[in-house]
Amino acid sequence: MKEPEVNLELAIEHGLNEEEYDRILKILGRTPTFTELGIFSVMWSEHCSYKNSIAQLKTLPRSGGRLLVGAGEENAGLVDIGDGLAVAFKIESHNHPSAVEPYQGAATGVGGIMRDIFTMGARPIASLNSLRFGKLDDARTRYLFAGVVKGIGDYGNSFGVPTVAGEIYFDESYQGNPLVNAMAVGIVKTSIFASAVAKGEGNPVMIVGSSTGRDGIHGATFASEELSEKSEAKRPAVQVGDPFTEKLLLEASLEIIRKGYLIGIQDMGAAGITCSSSEMSAKGNSGMKLDLDKVPLREEGMSAYEIMLSESQERMLCAVKKGYEERVRDVFDKWDLHCEIVGEVINDDKLVINYKGKLEAEIPPFELVLGGGAPVYTREQKEPAYLNELRKFDFNSLRESENLQKEFLKVFSSPNIASKRWVYEQYDSMVRTNTIVGPGCDAAVIYIKRTNKALAMKTDCNARYVYLNPKEGAKIAVAESARNIVCSGGVPLAITNCLNFGNPYKPEIFWQFAKVIEGMGDACRFFDTPVTGGNVSFYNESPDRAVYPTPTIGMVGLVENLSHITTSYFKDEGDLIYILGEDDEELGGSEYLKIIHNKVAGDSPQLDFDVEKGLQDTLLELIRKNLIKSAHDVSEGGVICALAECCIINEEKIIGAEINLTIKSRKDFSYFSETQSRVIVTISKENKREFDKFVHSSNQLFFDIGEVRGTSLKINDDINVNLNELYDLYFNTIPKIMSSEK
Amino acid sequence: MSSRPKFGVVVFPGSNCDHDTYYTLKKILNYNVVFLWHKQTDINDCDVIILPGGFSYGDYLRTGSIAKFSPIMNEVVNFAHNGGYVFGICNGFQILLEAGLLPGVMIKNQSLNFVCKDVYLSIENKATAFTNGINGNNPLKIPIAHGEGNYFADEETLKSLQNNQQIVFRYCSDEGIIAKEFNPNGSVFNIAGITNKNKNVFGMMPHPERSSDPVLKKTDGSLVFKSLANYILN
Repeated sequence: MKEPEVNLELAIEHGLNEEEYDRILKILGRTPTFTELGIFSVMWSEHCSYKNSIAQLKTLPRSGGRLLVGAGEENAGLVDIGDGLAVAFKIESHNHPSAVEPYQGAATGVGGIMRDIFTMGARPIASLNSLRFGKLDDARTRYLFAGVVKGIGDYGNSFGVPTVAGEIYFDESYQGNPLVNAMAVGIVKTSIFASAVAKGEGNPVMIVGSSTGRDGIHGATFASEELSEKSEAKRPAVQVGDPFTEKLLLEASLEIIRKGYLIGIQDMGAAGITCSSSEMSAKGNSGMKLDLDKVPLREEGMSAYEIMLSESQERMLCAVKKGYEERVRDVFDKWDLHCEIVGEVINDDKLVINYKGKLEAEIPPFELVLGGGAPVYTREQKEPAYLNELRKFDFNSLRESENLQKEFLKVFSSPNIASKRWVYEQYDSMVRTNTIVGPGCDAAVIYIKRTNKALAMKTDCNARYVYLNPKEGAKIAVAESARNIVCSGGVPLAITNCLNFGNPYKPEIFWQFAKVIEGMGDACRFFDTPVTGGNVSFYNESPDRAVYPTPTIGMVGLVENLSHITTSYFKDEGDLIYILGEDDEELGGSEYLKIIHNKVAGDSPQLDFDVEKGLQDTLLELIRKNLIKSAHDVSEGGVICALAECCIINEEKIIGAEINLTIKSRKDFSYFSETQSRVIVTISKENKREFDKFVHSSNQLFFDIGEVRGTSLKINDDINVNLNELYDLYFNTIPKIMSSEK
Repeated sequence: MSSRPKFGVVVFPGSNCDHDTYYTLKKILNYNVVFLWHKQTDINDCDVIILPGGFSYGDYLRTGSIAKFSPIMNEVVNFAHNGGYVFGICNGFQILLEAGLLPGVMIKNQSLNFVCKDVYLSIENKATAFTNGINGNNPLKIPIAHGEGNYFADEETLKSLQNNQQIVFRYCSDEGIIAKEFNPNGSVFNIAGITNKNKNVFGMMPHPERSSDPVLKKTDGSLVFKSLANYILN
């Protein structure tokens, strides 16, 4: 195939702009070759360079706490958890691939984030996700939803890492542009973690794992544009996953890292060989010479351009200590995987690519990478007009309910609130035999073998709040994650974030982004939960709309003693029910407003840092003193839905409650308000005196609201529902919708 | 740690419950256990061979169908024919079917979906090495995690399984009621685990190693391993 002539027009077709093309001419001092143009275009794509977000991201707290390796230094951050161990975790989006090919898009999203973790020498111990789809009564949505769930399940199940927690929302805003964010958590001994670096002249560079094919070429560029009717044609830009090979690659990679054969290792995700070779070289202040003839290929006739840009999955690039090549090869032979020397590290600031006797590219790697020569922009910002309009909404104009029970059951069975059991039963949540608390509770709790500790983990984001108030919504996302961790008995450690937004060249979108970063930074500083890394996904727009700004938070906390593990459901007849924290009748962006009144309006709930911190500290102390038997945070659907969940989440022992709630101004407001910083707890009667005394002394507002009792949920004179009915609504809503033919 | 019985856990490429099973036997139950790499051709003097759960060879082609060609499988088959104890869990059960050590076949779950959850098992034969040490008549709570656990056998095979008391576990309710609604995968006769005629080869879909550690608040699975170990010792 004859390669096209390189000029500005071709550069623009590759997603570069005129200014960027001029810069390339200047860096090289000549016109780039076709392969070089391809290399620049992927490395400077939004996906790899973070060119429109990095200036903002740098304002987030990226050190402190127990961070050993900060954001951006390695593939994932590393947090000290004692006993000579650290936890590595990261979240990443695979939105665009999943929109056109849900099964493979989601599967390779899981595979990619797992590689980010084990390329550091950490063994993945848990998988989480955060998913957003359009409305579930739409057939296309159900197709995407079912495909994504199957893709996540098939990959993780076969790979052998339990999928333990997540969140799923359905809203028109994601129609046509679903969000698929995958998170992985791994554990590594602090003494043996691996770095993504290449240095030391003459050290051989090896490519290991799968062979290289034409799949996924320009995947990174595809991820950096809006979805349109033409996106379907980009299906070939979606990679194909092979969890079996990834499992072998995991075992082989951990073995060569543990045995000390390596200088550095990096997985090949977006932009494949190009990204790994340039980032590893730039990090080591060295260069790399690659001979593409040595790369194992799965297709004939591939060009240098295609090999450099391929995003074939399950591959790694290793810089090996000279003299250890054969030992590395032995390990990969044992696992029946490819392992080829494809080049070497050079002491020259150059990435040199040869293929079939021809010099195909010669670029200073530093110029390609984020933090080096990649462009950095700060986009124009403008407050969106919709905000004023929506915030003016007068809640008193809402008609008062005639049948609160009916409305409660309608909200409780909304797919956003109903149990996601249909989803998580398709995931192996127990493999590795560490899952103490699996999906369905506030956070998952994963045992760390040979210690008396566990990790609590959760993903969280209420994007409606962020849409109504980006800064406050981002604060809430961080605070709610932390609250979920604390409810499970953990101390929040750090976060990873996946920032899903529309097109950053639109000033309103960039304003949302900037405000979210402000709020997130404030919250992370306040709670001392630094950002270990994450991912930005712009251009989440379908022809009709941009998605709600969705900054998903993935948080990990440390359960310092297994006796601290707390679950959310009611335990025993006769236990007393309390609510910590006071309601402020906040209905803005609530599930109630959406489901019953079909509106997304008002302001988001307001978060007071001191109140939230006070609540979390009190709750942790109560847990440490062994004073409470359950803890569940109040979130979507308000206190009424939270109480119902407490009754039935434990399928093996559903149990009723009799509740007296004080009404502030209106019953529907009090029942469905989503005011933050509130947790429902239960205690056994004999602990009442001590509980009261302690909570009083910590200045925490709390209210005695009832008792665990009977076989129905009774609230004031308004609600009296049999548990079997609640159970059926909660657990069977989504299966029923998924089996409908509409 | 007593040196007998000695358990061997086979590691196929794609096994992913190998470490869980090893850990359960060694750290929780304190037995002697070794890993056996699938390319090995000796079984190191083991008293029990365990084929663990997972996705050997990625479940490509058909579950268990490629693993049966691994070098170690010749030895496993000989071992079984000589009366040695072979225990297949989940993917291990599927491999035993493919290798012809147990009768019947495994097809996709009726729902066509993978399913992972706790289930209850009624003990149908308490006289086997794998169950005779289990006291009481309560059903066992042990989790499943599989996409192809829908055990099928034709009528004749099923009859012979029944006549020879080869059916060991059937899916039931927490109260021991055996009915269709408690069957998680559509298996014939609610079958969850069977032995061969000689009762020395056993396959079950649920994962006993996942309900053996007191930390996880469920331990019924350990009863199966303990029963087997004690049977061999006595």
